[in-house]
Amino acid sequence: MKQEQIVPKPEKSKLLIPKIKVGIVGYGSYVPRYRLPAKEIGRIWGNEGGFPVREKAVAGLDEDVITMSIEAARNALKRSDISAEELRAVWVGSESHPYAVKPSGTVVAEAIGAPNDIQAGDWEFACKAGTEAMVAAMGLVGSGMGNYAMAIGMDTAQGKPGDALEYTAASGGAAFIIGSQESALVSIEASYSYVSDTPDFWRREYQVYPEHGQRFTGEPAYFEHVSGATQTIFAETGLKAADFAFAVFHQPNTKFPQRIGKMLGFTPEQIAPGLLAPVIGNTYSGAAMIGLTAILDIAREGDLILMTSYGSGAGSDSFVLKVRKPLALRRENALSTEDYINRRTEIDYATYLRYRGEIRMR
Amino acid sequence: MRRTNDVYIIGLGQTELGELWDVSLRQLAARALKAACEDADNLAPQAIFVGNMLAANASRQANLAALVAEYSGLAGQVEGFTVEAAEASGGAAIYMANNAIRSGMIDVAAVVGVEKVTDVVGAGIESRLLSTGIDSDYEASEGLTLTGQTSLLLQRYLYENHLPREALANFPVIAHANAVNNPRAMFRRAIDTNAYRNAPVDTGGFNMYDVAPNADGAAALVLVRGDKVPKDLAHKAVRLASSSYITDRLALHDRQDLLFFEAAAVSVQQALLKASINLPDIDFFEYSDNTTLHAVLSLEAAGFASRGEGWKLATSGALTLQGELPVATMGGHKARGFPLGASGVFQVVEACQQLRGEAGANQIVHARIGMTQSLAATASAAATQILSL
Repeated sequence: MKQEQIVPKPEKSKLLIPKIKVGIVGYGSYVPRYRLPAKEIGRIWGNEGGFPVREKAVAGLDEDVITMSIEAARNALKRSDISAEELRAVWVGSESHPYAVKPSGTVVAEAIGAPNDIQAGDWEFACKAGTEAMVAAMGLVGSGMGNYAMAIGMDTAQGKPGDALEYTAASGGAAFIIGSQESALVSIEASYSYVSDTPDFWRREYQVYPEHGQRFTGEPAYFEHVSGATQTIFAETGLKAADFAFAVFHQPNTKFPQRIGKMLGFTPEQIAPGLLAPVIGNTYSGAAMIGLTAILDIAREGDLILMTSYGSGAGSDSFVLKVRKPLALRRENALSTEDYINRRTEIDYATYLRYRGEIRMR
Repeated sequence: MRRTNDVYIIGLGQTELGELWDVSLRQLAARALKAACEDADNLAPQAIFVGNMLAANASRQANLAALVAEYSGLAGQVEGFTVEAAEASGGAAIYMANNAIRSGMIDVAAVVGVEKVTDVVGAGIESRLLSTGIDSDYEASEGLTLTGQTSLLLQRYLYENHLPREALANFPVIAHANAVNNPRAMFRRAIDTNAYRNAPVDTGGFNMYDVAPNADGAAALVLVRGDKVPKDLAHKAVRLASSSYITDRLALHDRQDLLFFEAAAVSVQQALLKASINLPDIDFFEYSDNTTLHAVLSLEAAGFASRGEGWKLATSGALTLQGELPVATMGGHKARGFPLGASGVFQVVEACQQLRGEAGANQIVHARIGMTQSLAATASAAATQILSL
């Protein structure tokens, strides 16, 4: 009997199709407890309204991408039925790795109890480093090189004091363990990436803060790539917005994901559960991925979920995910993303400067 | 009757306006020039005059005439010059082309106004680029930007004439209404006076509707001596009845009267004299609404209104397309978009569209004589053109 093709044959498709079908076997998120309201930033810089988010999450004095990645990774392991020793890769995508040279992945791997025989590099692609790591993990597992790979998207994003980005640049992210589809909580039905050389946002070596191209970051950058990736995955799978229960996009502010969702035919109800930017800000490499964790906390068996990330420079990774039965049984094994969001301690601007190391003594 | 020695505009070209991230300086200029040459039955220009303000700083590109000539397929065939007079560059370039033909040295000239603003993003546009049009040593170096300076003049205007801010609300309302029917315009949405009233006040007194938005864009004209107008031209040839250009003191502090645009006044007087017409003969005015203050002061300088009363023209309805003196008929700088050194050429293209009867839904009935005026910075230079059939 002829096998039915769920996705088109590899040679004819733009989709990334692994030899072995893959899925998410564990997921976890982390949001630091401190919150800086946008109006507090506005108070300092003389702005009264029109803020891009309500407040943003701020990492504490003893937190960085490594410590936060460890938290999310442990949550992902709790929801999986594997031990850290079974991992074949621990990859961390971020644009705020604590070290310029020295991997974050090795520290995270050792802390969570992964063995020595793993891959442990770091990924960088502005805000889509985490989803790029997910695609790589799909490749590793999907080719049979390893059974399980962990992909993390985590940031303690830098915003220059007084710059528009200061309102949104936030801390947080998520970790996913990719494994074969049979044991997955969520199957990865399709994946596609769309990139171009588009200089909308960058930080060169030795620069403390990134620079951005103002309105150039909109139409030719975010909207072009997110819609380019999503529309291609629609075309290749034959799916449309109405087929999905939820959609989550990279969320540099509140408006962009709402607008792209509308442009692609999604309703506000499909977008709302994964739209966390208003309450935690833009967690950069973690933004789309932590939005997905909030959706997985509530999704039901059979639900289709679209996730499209965006990284400046520029590109988008788009995924079609389908919820499997084990999700409902495992999600209570770790703190939900909402739990982390509700764990909230408001700080003032001065405390924020201290926590983020912005006060230079000499 | 076509007069042999008069100058006629027989070719029009213009690009769309806005933040055209994927169109370069040379592409913009070439697109407009090619369109103008085609409109002029492909009569080859002997010289091109390029009006531009920012290219040397924003795109690190000078020597524009060679660039534009080559990219338009005219390399080795034309003389070429760049004319720079800040925001009045386009108007000044037309003045130079007019002189070249009237002098008898050439018969056919092309004018290209081109501006590429979005090669630079951020606060540097205002502080480093636009401020090159004011006095660098005595104004810009003290931290004054052009917009900041103009907003101070606006405050003085309102104070001296005992006016509320809302007095100027109708200038952007008229511009936006007219841009709705201009397919190339940057902002094609109508606004009402409430939008103006509710917009947060920025830079020392202006709100976002007071200041014309910087735009990328290019416009081009082909000008010929009267005896060279092609006989079977598919459209009307528009007579450049007169062109005048005058400079004023660069820095505001050297002027006798801050609220009178003297260069604007003198250039209108000279243009009227050269064209042998009177101000009431003007059917419509493509004025220089770089800001609402520019709009009101240019109306007063030209003599359309007494001092301190220019704002009344906007509230009385006189400046709408159906009024006695339509202005900014395709949206003006405020809504069509403000391509700085190219703006003076856009104005003349639009005036020619009116005179040729090609202004579509915005066509002014019985448009026979039009005036355009291009102002640099706070009117430190003014170019005025009078056009007729």
